[in-house]
Amino acid sequence: MELTLWTYEGPPHVGAMRIATSMEGVHYVLHAPQGDTYADLLFTMIERRDRRPPVTYTTFQARDLGGDTAELVKRSIAAAVERFRPEALLVGESCTAELIQDQPGALAAGMELGGIPMVSLELPAYSKKENWGAAETLYQLVRGLLKDRMPAPGTPKPDPGRWRSEGRRPRVNLLGPSLLGFRCRDDVREITRLLAEHGVDVTVVAPLGARPADLQRIPTADANVCLYPELAGTLCGWLERSFGMPVVKTVPIGIGATAAFLRELHDVLAMELPADLQIGPDGLCPAERSSRLPWYSRSVDSTYLTGKRVFIFGDASHAIAAARIASRELGFEVVGLGTYSRELAREVRAAAKELGLEALISDDYLVVEKAMAEAAPELVLGTQMERHSAKRLGIPCAVISTPLHVQDVPARYAPQMGWEGANVIFDTWVHPLMMGLEEHLIGMFRHDFEFVDGHRSHLGDGAPAGERGSVDGDRPGAVGLGDGPAPATGAAVAVEPPASTAAIATLEPPTNGGEPMWTSDGEAELHKIPFFVRGKVRRNTETFARERGLSQITAETLYDAKAHFSR
Amino acid sequence: MVVSPVSADAPSRSSDPGEGLELTRENGQREVFCGLTSIVWLHRRMPDAFFLVVGSRTCAHLVQSAAGVMIFAEPRFGTAILGERDLAGLADANDELDRLVGELLERRPEIRTLFLVGSCPSEVIKLDLAKAAERLNRQHSGRVIVLNYSGSGIETTFTQGEDEALKALMPLLPVDDAEQLLIVGTLADAVEDRFMALFERMGLPRVRSLPPRRSSELPPVGRGTRVLLAQPFLSGTARALVHRGATLLEAPYPFGVEGSRDWMAAAAAAFGIGPATVAEVLDPLVERGRRALAPHRERLAGKRLFLMPDSQMEIPLARFLSRECGMELVEVGVPYLDRQLMAADLALLPAGTRLCEGQDVERQLERVRAERPDLVVCGLGLANPLEAEGIATKWSIELVFSPIHGCDQAGDLAELFARPLRRRTLLNFA
Repeated sequence: MELTLWTYEGPPHVGAMRIATSMEGVHYVLHAPQGDTYADLLFTMIERRDRRPPVTYTTFQARDLGGDTAELVKRSIAAAVERFRPEALLVGESCTAELIQDQPGALAAGMELGGIPMVSLELPAYSKKENWGAAETLYQLVRGLLKDRMPAPGTPKPDPGRWRSEGRRPRVNLLGPSLLGFRCRDDVREITRLLAEHGVDVTVVAPLGARPADLQRIPTADANVCLYPELAGTLCGWLERSFGMPVVKTVPIGIGATAAFLRELHDVLAMELPADLQIGPDGLCPAERSSRLPWYSRSVDSTYLTGKRVFIFGDASHAIAAARIASRELGFEVVGLGTYSRELAREVRAAAKELGLEALISDDYLVVEKAMAEAAPELVLGTQMERHSAKRLGIPCAVISTPLHVQDVPARYAPQMGWEGANVIFDTWVHPLMMGLEEHLIGMFRHDFEFVDGHRSHLGDGAPAGERGSVDGDRPGAVGLGDGPAPATGAAVAVEPPASTAAIATLEPPTNGGEPMWTSDGEAELHKIPFFVRGKVRRNTETFARERGLSQITAETLYDAKAHFSR
Repeated sequence: MVVSPVSADAPSRSSDPGEGLELTRENGQREVFCGLTSIVWLHRRMPDAFFLVVGSRTCAHLVQSAAGVMIFAEPRFGTAILGERDLAGLADANDELDRLVGELLERRPEIRTLFLVGSCPSEVIKLDLAKAAERLNRQHSGRVIVLNYSGSGIETTFTQGEDEALKALMPLLPVDDAEQLLIVGTLADAVEDRFMALFERMGLPRVRSLPPRRSSELPPVGRGTRVLLAQPFLSGTARALVHRGATLLEAPYPFGVEGSRDWMAAAAAAFGIGPATVAEVLDPLVERGRRALAPHRERLAGKRLFLMPDSQMEIPLARFLSRECGMELVEVGVPYLDRQLMAADLALLPAGTRLCEGQDVERQLERVRAERPDLVVCGLGLANPLEAEGIATKWSIELVFSPIHGCDQAGDLAELFARPLRRRTLLNFA
């Protein structure tokens, strides 16, 4: 038994619903009590779906338990088949039905379904979760539809370069995009375009938009692209084992990963690597110019992004991709990396280790929030829950992963993958930081006579990360005491702190009784430091003084500490 | 009213010339939340209480999805998610529950009442939460009161969760035979304050409410208690209070000007307060409420309304929307029909109103499509799909979260239904 106040993933049958609802021509009969129909609203509200999920619930009640719930299952299956005439039928149960053991799959197998392929889903609700349920459903469905087409054991693997001898373009399947996934709709479009540019066709996209007949065409492609390992990993592994289909595993999120993805694709398909994907003497490949991110990141305007502390939490694929982009492509310092995807914990641990961190593997959002607060980041990249946590802590945040809120399903084209995805990521991650700086500007100008009181941004009263634990911002008269003139240009970049004062934040709480005392000259010196880094400097100096057993903090102590931390 | 029997297959239908209402019963797929959903408003009503669902990940996911965006640092509800080990042995499950409750109480010292809320899985494995509550009460005696009720989907629908929660509080209500009015059912605090002030103005001796704002400040009940139901889904609670000696007042529910006035007047009459006093206090409200309603009535009058079964508020809302807003009722669906609790509202429904108890969602949607009503009141799972078919909808869940009771809220209540229609006239992509 485990106390859960909020959960990143739903139960496994919701994963199965994601597969059924992503597809066309599939219907899912779910043996479940009244109330479980709530899951419909995930699709109709978060995704703004214009159709109900193709799910028939038996909605059994207590009074049915004494009678024949198996009969109810059969009646529901028959009614669903007659009403919806699906091309494939999924039959399964939710947590409660699992306990009463009606075995709906076996019941369906004994029914005359008019030749409709039926796949029985056994998704253990008390040990597994949504993404596992989705992956298992996709795998079981494809396996069920391909079971008569499996090559005999010992059949040699098809040559992934056979497209050449067959006189056609190479072709791949895009596996894993689904509803309630993160930006899947746009990623599919972006990756399809990217593949087309390199002369590769897409045979099947699944589950999003696929029909059962499309799934049966999967083996006609030369390779599978595992776009979302959380959902497609199981299926890709099985297709590799059973059909000898190679898998392109790199998730193309970010510049480096997109280039690596294209190189892996060329390699897997035995295609010649084009010149623009070859790494030049400067360590770059010309194809990167297809995205603005590399130049935007190099431009002087981005100098202020240097070393920004960023905390990352999400599903495994998006968290790993975000860590790579943040650390290598934007020059951030990753101060926390974690996931709720236990199935892919190993991969996240490895990514964290590369950054000198220990990965946080947890599905308890309070543990995540605590880790976030302790890491004192300046930017949070997370799920909708981390957005809430970050807001409480007054830290700017961008959402990079499911679970989603309706506002994370934008109307505009906003992929995460490929070159355009990198552009979107640059904008989405950098804008909240700009907002953070505007927060500072408001503080800076609020004693000017033009300033209208109550003019606050959406971040409300939460102090920006750099100043947390400090009271400077709120102390009457404190601001303006030695903060220097307002930046002449007024541009956001102009308030960039001098590099020397951007010391490493510590986790120490603010000082109080029994702690080193600030002398008046120390206090005066502190106030000469731009207020948006003042909190950090105050904390560092106090830590420094405490560690050395100093009872007083003078101006000299402050500069000693500054020198110490800037090493 | 003549009721046709429950049928597993074809819906049956008969009309009754007596009351002029036509009742159908359906038994098929129900597109309604389970009783756990009530936690979403109950925990806000009683900030010193914690609601611990003993269930599965589905339960946790349901409550958080129904609650929408999580706005609390740490909500006062949670789920003790059963794992495979708990299913293997009930002894272990009880030990685990004790451990988990101990940890929870340590973490949340402000909790005064802990509700153990049964779910479908806990009911099916027969985890005895009454016994667990007894045991935990002994363990944490003096520190917290532990109660239990079921919010399971196999036994309760949506708003019935509140009925079960209030029934669980029943044994704790002190006995007091003094004259008092007891308002039963969660109201928004501001709305409740307003009713209290009005009752005081009319000269009622003592007015209390259930659930109280603090779980530890329970109202007494006894022979002098007159119960006025603020919500139409509290059948079990009403009967339990009557069993404790209270008198149940019959009145329409306080939705709209008419319903609110009759509701308050029924209370006043029960305490022998003359019509003149009532009129003196309520007439200005009625007059003002009607003024507030007028612009919305203009938009709603003559429009055809279809209510899908959801919160049990459908009958009183249908009464308000037809009588005060001039809407035409196509069908009024209810999860279940409690004729005693609905008597006053049923009597005010126009002759020929089609009632449907229970649900077969596919058949009901067929009727919606055939009838093409101007507005459908339905749950969140159905709203966008119907909108996509060109049928305007009003989310019913908003009705349990918004302050809609009372004369002062009548305009706002009508506006909730008028807004989707107004929006349609505003949008123009030509």
